[in-house]
Amino acid sequence: MTRREIYTSIQQIPREEPLAGGTGLCGGCGGLLGLRLFHKALGANVVFVNAAGCLTLLTTFPYSPFRASWLYTAMASAPAGAQGIRDALDVLIARGTLAADEDLAVVVVSGDGAAGGIGLQATLAAIHRGLDFYYYCYDNEGFANTGFQMSPATPYGSRTATTPPGAAAPAGTTARKQDLFALWRAQRPAFVATVSPAHPLDLMDKVARARRLRGPKLFLSFAACAPGWGIEPARSVEVARLAVECGIWPVKEERDGAVVHTVVPHRRRPVEEYLRGQARYRHLFEPVRQDEVLRRLQADVDAYWAA
Amino acid sequence: MSATVDLLSGNRAAAWGARLADVDYVPAYPITPQTEIIETLAHWIGRGEMPARLVTLDSEHAMLTAAGAAAATGARVFTATSSQGLLYALEMLYAVAGWRVPLVLVNVSRALAAPITLEPDHNDVLAARDAGFLQLHAETCQEVLDSVLMAYRLAEHPDVLLPALVNLDGFHLSYTREPVAIPDPAAVRAFLPPYAPTHARFAASHAMAQGVAVLGSSAYAFFKYQMQRAMEAALDAHAAIASELGERFGRRYGATEGAWLDDAEHVIVMSNSFTTVGRAAVARLRQRGEKIGLLRLRLLRPFPHAEIAARLAGRRAVAVVDQNLSVGKGGILFAEVASALRDRAAPPLLSYVGGLGGRRFRDQELEQIAAALHVAEREGGSAEPRLLFTADEYAAVRDLLRIARGGEEAPR
Ligand SMILES: Cc1ncc(C[n+]2csc(CCOP(=O)(O)OP(=O)(O)O)c2C)c(N)n1
Ligand code: SF4
Repeated sequence: MTRREIYTSIQQIPREEPLAGGTGLCGGCGGLLGLRLFHKALGANVVFVNAAGCLTLLTTFPYSPFRASWLYTAMASAPAGAQGIRDALDVLIARGTLAADEDLAVVVVSGDGAAGGIGLQATLAAIHRGLDFYYYCYDNEGFANTGFQMSPATPYGSRTATTPPGAAAPAGTTARKQDLFALWRAQRPAFVATVSPAHPLDLMDKVARARRLRGPKLFLSFAACAPGWGIEPARSVEVARLAVECGIWPVKEERDGAVVHTVVPHRRRPVEEYLRGQARYRHLFEPVRQDEVLRRLQADVDAYWAA
Repeated sequence: MSATVDLLSGNRAAAWGARLADVDYVPAYPITPQTEIIETLAHWIGRGEMPARLVTLDSEHAMLTAAGAAAATGARVFTATSSQGLLYALEMLYAVAGWRVPLVLVNVSRALAAPITLEPDHNDVLAARDAGFLQLHAETCQEVLDSVLMAYRLAEHPDVLLPALVNLDGFHLSYTREPVAIPDPAAVRAFLPPYAPTHARFAASHAMAQGVAVLGSSAYAFFKYQMQRAMEAALDAHAAIASELGERFGRRYGATEGAWLDDAEHVIVMSNSFTTVGRAAVARLRQRGEKIGLLRLRLLRPFPHAEIAARLAGRRAVAVVDQNLSVGKGGILFAEVASALRDRAAPPLLSYVGGLGGRRFRDQELEQIAAALHVAEREGGSAEPRLLFTADEYAAVRDLLRIARGGEEAPR
């Protein structure tokens, strides 16, 4: 585990909110919780570039909860929007038509469906070009905005609207969760990390450190989704904490070519404790317990931590 | 006005337009026959002759997103595509038009798959007709260059603020070299000053939310109607910009262009580079005493309804020759021209579809159209599209099939 360098105490978290409350998103939206912390650490001079997803509804004419700027692009191309803004700022500053203090940090905000699916091409291309930008992906493990269908990030054994458990597929989702962290890492970006709103100091410290780096920077944030996962909104942070403690959501970053876990669950709890409280996993316990699926889910986590 | 005259292909004329417009940013993606435009710009930028940045994106969809985002940040942006690329970007054409960013996109027309081909027709650019882009359609290489400059003036006009598309025909213009007057950069600067966005843009002191969601139809319709108003305003703006260009450079472009129209009883309506072929045919018919004229459509968005209606009013018969096919309907421009005429005592109208996939118009065909106009004058017009496809062409296709089958006769 690495030491936090910048955010070491909860007292350091600024009280000012760059993102006003009262948005149209669900209570306890894990994606929004993480974004709020991310924004606090990054500061006000930001432009968010958004791909279609739940957070698109943060700005609904004529309201915006942000002091910062916002551009909604399309589901497939937010990183290309970030490219255009970054390039324009650079060219205008270089040509002297824009003052250097008008510069902005460029942040893509999307869900896992856009990040790992339809938008993956634009993302990999932006990393390939070495674009200086942040990608904040809130991973709620499904297409939440359209009613919670399967996305590339949907975990094995869970229920979504397009992978309902049944005779043909008792486990629900049969595919394994896509490893976006590894996909990014393979291209050697400037920074790549997973974070969780249950660990705000870790999240904010990573943002503050990443600010020193130029290039593509991924923040893959755990994002509990109350309606999609079938949990009480009030349990959003608790479920995020359980995901870390059960070893399901490793909180990590890459440093000098090696993966470093920045929050380590020393006595890992059984994954069942995480699964039990969520309606999307209920079919694993009722009406009959699916031992084989549960065993595989635990084995996957054990194998990850054994490696 | 000082200018150098050079032999330029349509593609290089487009690149010169971008260079003279002093653009800041060129997001790019290759597609034949447009590549020469971005290669030329890359060459100039690489040699330090143009202070812009060129970035190769991963697709036209991304290219147009980057273009729109850069324009929303306050940069003057140029990009170019063709055919499949334009269709791949279509989602973003609607988006950047909604962002109201005045970028310029050159489309080098090429017919659409399937079957895949490299040669031109206008189904690509007309598929983008309703997105909210201004559309200027060029007939010559000179017009390509001038249209790029005009497109920036028009797009950046405070009453307009919409992106613009300049269309040139693949192969027929893209690779045809013609003498082109390249205006002096200082003269261009006087006509087209540097872009200074007065509306919102992305910068630390200009927080802005762009492209945001709306809840409910009132707000949605509000934005769409504003685009419609802006397009309507672009008609007057175009006329003013065209006359200014005329004064400065001695070349004048109308929203429509007529030839032998004054006393013409019959009129053929065309667009783009094939107008040159039509013009030659009409000249020959005139020599034979036919009272025939030609109307070229140059500005397709906004659509100059009133001007078209006025120029076609009182004619005895009119034929619209489309180089596109709305499958199941016919010629797209025919429908547009017919709608412009609905308020008047419209002349009998004929619809021709030809030139698909780069096929050239034949002189006899234009003569047949002229003959059909006499019949239409007596017997009335028809909205049924007449497809230009000859028995010879049909035989040629059957020949190909026969050869491919090792000499066997192809089934009909
Ligand atoms: C091209 C395109 N296809 C489909 C959609 C419909 N759509 C809107 S949001 C969404 C799901 C996005 O999922 P994700 O990125 O995981 O974000 P979340 O909904 O979970 O916030 C989809 C499929 C769209 N906007 N654009
Ligand atoms: S559906 Fe899920 S991801 Fe979407 S706003 Fe609600 S909690 Fe957030």
